[in-house]
Amino acid sequence: MSATNEVGEFREQNSIFRSFRTFRWNAPGWIVISFLLALIATTPVLVILSSYFFPEEDIWQHLVENVLQGLALNTLKLLACVIPLTALLGISMGWLTSACEYPGRRFFSWALVLPFAVPPYVYAFVYLGIFDFSGPVQGLIRESFPSVGFIDIRNTAGVSIILSLAFYPYVYLMSRSAFLTQGRSSMEAARMLGQTPIGAFFRVALPMARPWIAAGLLLVAMETLADFGAVAIFNYDTFTTAIYKAWFGMFSLNAALQLSSILVVFVLIILVLEQHFRFRMRFNETYTAAVPHQRLHLNGLKKWLAFITSLMIFFFAFALPFSQLIIWSWSNLNSDALQYLEQALNTFVLGAVTAAVTTLCAIIIAYSKQSNPGLTMKWNARLATLGYALPGTVLAVGIYIPAAWLDNQLLNIFTGITGSRINPLLQGSLIILIVAYAIRFLAAGFGSIDSSMNRITPSIVEAARTMGTTGTALLKRIYLPMTKTGLLTASIFVLVDVMKEMPITLMMRPFNWDTLAVKIFEYTSEGEWELAALPAVGLILTGLLPVLFLTKKTEE
Amino acid sequence: MKKSVPALLTAFFLGVNIAAAYADELVVYSARKEHLIKPLFDMYTTKTGVQVKYVTGKAGALLERLKAEGSNTPADLFITVDAGNLWKAAKEVVLQPVESEVLKKNVPSHLRDPQNRWFGLSVRARTIVYNKDRVSPSDLDSYSSLGEPRWKGRLLLRTSKKVYNQSLVASLIAEKGETASEKVVSSWVANLPVAPFSSDTKALEAVMAGVGDVTVVNTYYLGRLLKKNSDIPLAIFWPNQNGTGVHMNVSGAGVTKHAKHRDQAVKLLEWLSSDEAQGTFASLNLEYAVNSSVKPDPLVAAWGEFKGNPINVAKYGEYQAQAIKLMDRVGYK
Repeated sequence: MSATNEVGEFREQNSIFRSFRTFRWNAPGWIVISFLLALIATTPVLVILSSYFFPEEDIWQHLVENVLQGLALNTLKLLACVIPLTALLGISMGWLTSACEYPGRRFFSWALVLPFAVPPYVYAFVYLGIFDFSGPVQGLIRESFPSVGFIDIRNTAGVSIILSLAFYPYVYLMSRSAFLTQGRSSMEAARMLGQTPIGAFFRVALPMARPWIAAGLLLVAMETLADFGAVAIFNYDTFTTAIYKAWFGMFSLNAALQLSSILVVFVLIILVLEQHFRFRMRFNETYTAAVPHQRLHLNGLKKWLAFITSLMIFFFAFALPFSQLIIWSWSNLNSDALQYLEQALNTFVLGAVTAAVTTLCAIIIAYSKQSNPGLTMKWNARLATLGYALPGTVLAVGIYIPAAWLDNQLLNIFTGITGSRINPLLQGSLIILIVAYAIRFLAAGFGSIDSSMNRITPSIVEAARTMGTTGTALLKRIYLPMTKTGLLTASIFVLVDVMKEMPITLMMRPFNWDTLAVKIFEYTSEGEWELAALPAVGLILTGLLPVLFLTKKTEE
Repeated sequence: MKKSVPALLTAFFLGVNIAAAYADELVVYSARKEHLIKPLFDMYTTKTGVQVKYVTGKAGALLERLKAEGSNTPADLFITVDAGNLWKAAKEVVLQPVESEVLKKNVPSHLRDPQNRWFGLSVRARTIVYNKDRVSPSDLDSYSSLGEPRWKGRLLLRTSKKVYNQSLVASLIAEKGETASEKVVSSWVANLPVAPFSSDTKALEAVMAGVGDVTVVNTYYLGRLLKKNSDIPLAIFWPNQNGTGVHMNVSGAGVTKHAKHRDQAVKLLEWLSSDEAQGTFASLNLEYAVNSSVKPDPLVAAWGEFKGNPINVAKYGEYQAQAIKLMDRVGYK
């Protein structure tokens, strides 16, 4: 390892000169666009910081005295549970389905992605419906064992399980894509040097997959920080619930924004930590993935253990909640069902357009970071992806306020020149909605693309450069073809995330552009879980298409 | 060809927006849910031919949208639930006063803004519901008395994050002052066997299951459960009948300050308060009408008459932040 590090360091220094040259001569356009994108993406964070011009001493004194400590503790507890749990679920299943052979592997390899199409708030209300005091499970337990009494599942453990079921697919998909593209040379080398399969996994495959896993876990951490729907249904207090309380309850948007800035700090710390652990490591693959894995055939007890574990996870993460939703939908089926078709189409179109835009932005930011290995572009990328950890509604105002301001200025200028009034261009348009989505989900697209680009061996890039391939041509001929899986994963992440997204859609959508998530919100906010089941089923089915497409493509 | 694709897309996305704003019709921002307002707008369109366009969302977010859009907002009417939200909208100067004899006649003065910037359109009574098998109504009295030791381990509440409970505590503060209210709320918290629930429905279901025996909810949540199954062991108790009366909140609406179709918006608002609309407006959600000449849904009427608190609902907004801090202090989650 140490030898590699030295080489790495040498290359790093070398490439600083090159990046300088690149900046001067080769790809200044990329860097400028990349800066510009990051600037747009950090606008909401700037709006948040600007709230400090309006101190809310009264509210802050109250928060510090009464609630802040509990909130921080709850949020940390949640992170401390959800991150290891999603890592365990995601990595183990990723490894089993990509590197081993056991009964049902082909089925599980795509079936275990299905939970990705289920929004966390849907898990929350379904699980509460099944396992809460008045649910069928506790009813049965009380009937059989009256002494058990009531079991409250609305605690850290309960919320952590819900969020882990909802978020583990990030880690699963990322680690799977790492294991699938690792090729077999390094594993074979490890085995030849006398490692057991388990030993080879821990000493070779897992360390080599670290950038992917880290990127997946980073998404999980940010989603956990930003989640409002699920924690609200469990009445579990976190920073997000306090943010909404300050805003909607105490009517102080400024206090809400100031609380949000704490979340930004949380993320910055996580980002720095993550970077620290990966400092100067290189993850290039010498052979390309063209040489596929030889799957490890599990036998005897192991084979069935793998099967049962996969089955259990599939059952709790998908089969059980989905069946409950189907049952509720069936008992509440009415003529509204048809309107959900139109909303499903809206949902899908928004997701697809945003996925295209966001993936493009993520490529630009990742590529400009790759071709300029200095700290500047690294921070550029980090700042650009901060929005992922902000609660959606906060991000939405952070975008809407400056956009509306800009719009109003433009309109005033127009009216000043022509003397006639025109209608707003950005406010309430699909453009601003898609920009907001892109800012929110840039991180989801970036993580996958960036870690795939890390995988490209520098010698290939250098060879291309010596042959005069630079800038756009280099991206087109080397980077894009070599990161196909990563690009695909990124766009599906964004597509499905947009489809599940609720608060931004709610605030910024144009007239008559309801999505399925909006419908679900309308029912759940009134506590009508069973009516929310039908749009939820619609949302999951719509989300399944891209999810299945992704697994099929990556399998090939 | 390559360049025309983005151009087409831009035209499409802006086009959606322009089409939305240019058409001559009323535009409503509503925090009241689509399935509760659309039937009324449909009725209005059939009657008058005026098209009503709406977008729904969270009250706070819609309010920020109105503020950010300023004089360019397409919105003519702002509908929201909870008096606190209406109070806040008036305070942020996004609504304009409407002097209308029709509205004054239909909406009692304590259910509208003293300066007529907003008007209540339906009344939500927040009351006590108990398990008939385990509680005798003679043991019940007022909201405050739910803090008595006899309810130890028997009282269930919804979360303090819900505005309905914030309003309830705000009205306590308006009546009793902060110190006395804090004592009451803290005695409630001491009686809770489990953490507060995220919805009124969950609290009611827990009372049915026997986790506790009494809870405080808006009547229409009970109405919904009764509609599904009339045999459930839950009954309504009207508290504070010898005192200030049952806690009432409203859903309501106001004409926006920069309305482009002001007269039309006032007409719609007047119509929403009329006999014709009020029955539907209230009964769609099993609420009470503000217009006293309109009878509630039979299911609701069966709960009997009660004395409502005559306090002006605008007070809830004034005391809401104070109420939240109070609930935080005593550990009401």
